[in-house]
Amino acid sequence: MRREAPRTVADYAPLAFPALMLIVFFVVPFSIMIAVSFFKRNPAGFYTPDFVFDNYARFLTPFFGGVLGFSLMLAILVAICCVVIAFPFTFLLTKCSRRVQTVWLVCLLSVLSLSEVIIGFSWSTLFSRTAGITNLLVAIGLMSEPQALLPSFGAVLTGMVYQAMPYTILVLYPALVRLDPTLLEAARTLGASPVRAFFNVVTPALRNTLVATLIMVFVFALGSYLLPQILGRPSHWTLSVLITDQAIYQSNMPFAAAMAVFLVLISLALVGLTLLVGRKESAA
Amino acid sequence: MMQNWLRRLYFIAVALFLAAPLVVVLGVSVNQKQDLTFPPKGFSLAWYAQIFNDQEWRSALIASVLLALSSAAIAVSVALPLSWFLWRRKAPWARIFQLLGIAPFILPPVITALGFLSFWATTGFYGQPWTAAISHAIFFVTLPLVTLSLGFSSIDNSLVEAASTMGADDRTVARTVVLPLILPYLVSGYAFAFVLSLNEYIIAYMTIGFTMETLPIKIFNALRYGYTPTMAAVSVFFVAIAALVFGLIAKFGDIRKLLGAMGSEVR
Amino acid sequence: MSGLSLNGITKQFGDFTAVDNVSLNVPHGTFLCLLGPSGCGKTTLLRMIAGLEEPSHGSIVIDDEDITTIPTHKRNLGMVFQSLALFPHLSVGENIAYPLRIRSRSKDEQVQRVDDLLKLIHLPGFADRPVAKLSGGQRQRVAIARALALSPRLFLLDEPLSALDAKLREAMQVELRQLQQKLGITTIVVTHDQREAMTMADMVVVMGEGRIRQAAPPVEIYRKPADAFVADFIGMTNLLPVEADGAGRATVLGTVIAGLALSNGVGKAQISIRPEDVRIAAPGNGAIAGTVTFVRDLGGTIETFVEAGGKTIISVATPRERPDVATGTQVGVVLPPECCVVLEK
Repeated sequence: MRREAPRTVADYAPLAFPALMLIVFFVVPFSIMIAVSFFKRNPAGFYTPDFVFDNYARFLTPFFGGVLGFSLMLAILVAICCVVIAFPFTFLLTKCSRRVQTVWLVCLLSVLSLSEVIIGFSWSTLFSRTAGITNLLVAIGLMSEPQALLPSFGAVLTGMVYQAMPYTILVLYPALVRLDPTLLEAARTLGASPVRAFFNVVTPALRNTLVATLIMVFVFALGSYLLPQILGRPSHWTLSVLITDQAIYQSNMPFAAAMAVFLVLISLALVGLTLLVGRKESAA
Repeated sequence: MMQNWLRRLYFIAVALFLAAPLVVVLGVSVNQKQDLTFPPKGFSLAWYAQIFNDQEWRSALIASVLLALSSAAIAVSVALPLSWFLWRRKAPWARIFQLLGIAPFILPPVITALGFLSFWATTGFYGQPWTAAISHAIFFVTLPLVTLSLGFSSIDNSLVEAASTMGADDRTVARTVVLPLILPYLVSGYAFAFVLSLNEYIIAYMTIGFTMETLPIKIFNALRYGYTPTMAAVSVFFVAIAALVFGLIAKFGDIRKLLGAMGSEVR
Repeated sequence: MSGLSLNGITKQFGDFTAVDNVSLNVPHGTFLCLLGPSGCGKTTLLRMIAGLEEPSHGSIVIDDEDITTIPTHKRNLGMVFQSLALFPHLSVGENIAYPLRIRSRSKDEQVQRVDDLLKLIHLPGFADRPVAKLSGGQRQRVAIARALALSPRLFLLDEPLSALDAKLREAMQVELRQLQQKLGITTIVVTHDQREAMTMADMVVVMGEGRIRQAAPPVEIYRKPADAFVADFIGMTNLLPVEADGAGRATVLGTVIAGLALSNGVGKAQISIRPEDVRIAAPGNGAIAGTVTFVRDLGGTIETFVEAGGKTIISVATPRERPDVATGTQVGVVLPPECCVVLEK
């Protein structure tokens, strides 16, 4: 088959519907949101059209700075935890038989597709006093009486690592499957133990993949909007939570939109960085 | 062997971590009374029955399933012609639409949700059930787009050429060769979008949250106003649906290939 | 005329000229092999005949009908691809019936035709098997049967046997040739394997760098190569410089070859002589003096490498025809003039 440039209008026809849908329902809403971020808040309705920078000026308050700092710190922590746990795991997974891999992938996909609501609910149950993990510790005599482990920073972190873990594994999986197995075998014949070979050969070979994955998971964690609410205290709220809160409960769409635009810029910058890292990898 | 032991231990640890909350929820969901206790006291499947019997839970279930079915269908109908065009035609600028299709999924979901909220509020359709279907379709169009692009790129070009040497025109080739070959990718793209739409909360909430309830919205609302084991039962039900759908994909297709393990001759 | 003719076909990919002004007549019923090293443009030429590529210049005519701009699916071809391109979602029978099915022929006709073709390729009863369960040779035959299902006016094959092991390949070459003779269909095979071309073809077209270097029956290609490229590509050969001395006699490596002459006005050229034509003799007596540098005993034949005047000359002979010389022996190399092909380009 020759891949040809489209010549007639009919050649473009298949593109019409997707292009229309994506422009009307993604590009336009996105633009409206950017516009709204310059609008004025209208307590009675959604907003009144205007062109002010007030919403962005609010970023300069210590409160907002605190939330932003906490969001970034939390996302970085989640990304590091996930990659540290997921990388050796994914590597070992790719060495398993096809069947084992398939079963794991099905389970990982199932967990990945879980609603944040369900994840939040599950962990709040697991950390609760009446049905939580502490009951188990009491049963085997390690604790005298059960206690609630939430709300706490640890609970938020655990929940978010849980949420991002399958994502991390599935992002790492293709790169690790394609890793040339002879690389490791060569290291083994040269006398490296499997663990050493993993750290001396596999890890450096995938350095850029690891950096890209860290950034991907970081952006993913930035998007978590419910777990900090369910598992943490208000001081653990992130930018995403704040946006939801402003948009829905405070009815301050313009401010929410301004924060969303800000979040987009951070995410886009990081995704761009990922692509750059990825390009370097394929060029090397 | 020592190393094998370590490996097994590591796998068990990860499995425990991933399974622990679900096991607790499963335990909680079969409590006899409306208590949040684990290990469960007594055994009862009444909470599962309530998903279907209770008026509110049932309508939330129906709303969720309808939303997932329709939004996945719209997502596929957007992704199929787009990925076909990108595969068939040499038009580098058309890649911009591929990027547009993937962007909503990569960006934090709150942003896309807020975009939809501003859009539907501005156009005056805010709260209509179908707005959620379109919003979900755009949000999840990435999934069929990725699986279909993978499907098209895995078609050996000579198959298409062979069909045309035997007298098949473009339309016939599409019907007799291309469609049968990408069907597994089409189905898995639909299934991915379906399962994720079923579980999605924030976009559904920001588009139709004040007028109707999907299951995730219902769970969250219930969570705020106190606990009922039905929430646990619904959660277990959702995990089961996801596992079933992905299990079926794995059984009838190559899930490893779908997840990027191209050249699956590796093992 | 009846048959296929290519008139000044050129194909450019950007700055690269893949096929350069190729003209060729293929009479009806000919078995033609397009032979050449990889990248010589032979596959591109075949794909243009099939309509899978569009020529940049020139025209393609079949039976007086100009088909240059006719799309592939209206050309009535049968083609076998290098990858075979069997449809993985169809059974053996459905693959073979595909061209009939898309033309909405009756079920009975499809079944009948599939049966006939499976018999023709010696695979009766295979109709319901999945393609994936076939061996390499069986797939090969199914691909051929599918291409022949509609009795096309042109049968094109792109490196059809390259995936088979050596033994099976040779058997298939014979089978393919016999099938073609039975059906009398004009056939064009692209190959880089000169043995394959020699075995099957009525006419061999040797291509190099996008141009036709020589188009002739196989034996002529071997015996009378048109240029150094063809001589070198087809089988083993010795390419040696030849000069005309003051008296017009041809001199190779400083030794006059009696009975060999260059055209008037040509001072320098090359000769090609096949190793089996080179004789090893005692030094002197008009032979080229040289030293044996290596002997390769293959059992049936022995190859003797002789260094003379900075060139290595290879001689091939059966053990009985050949004097017993070992590495280091001073010998004379005799080049019978009637076996030397002078290449004056």
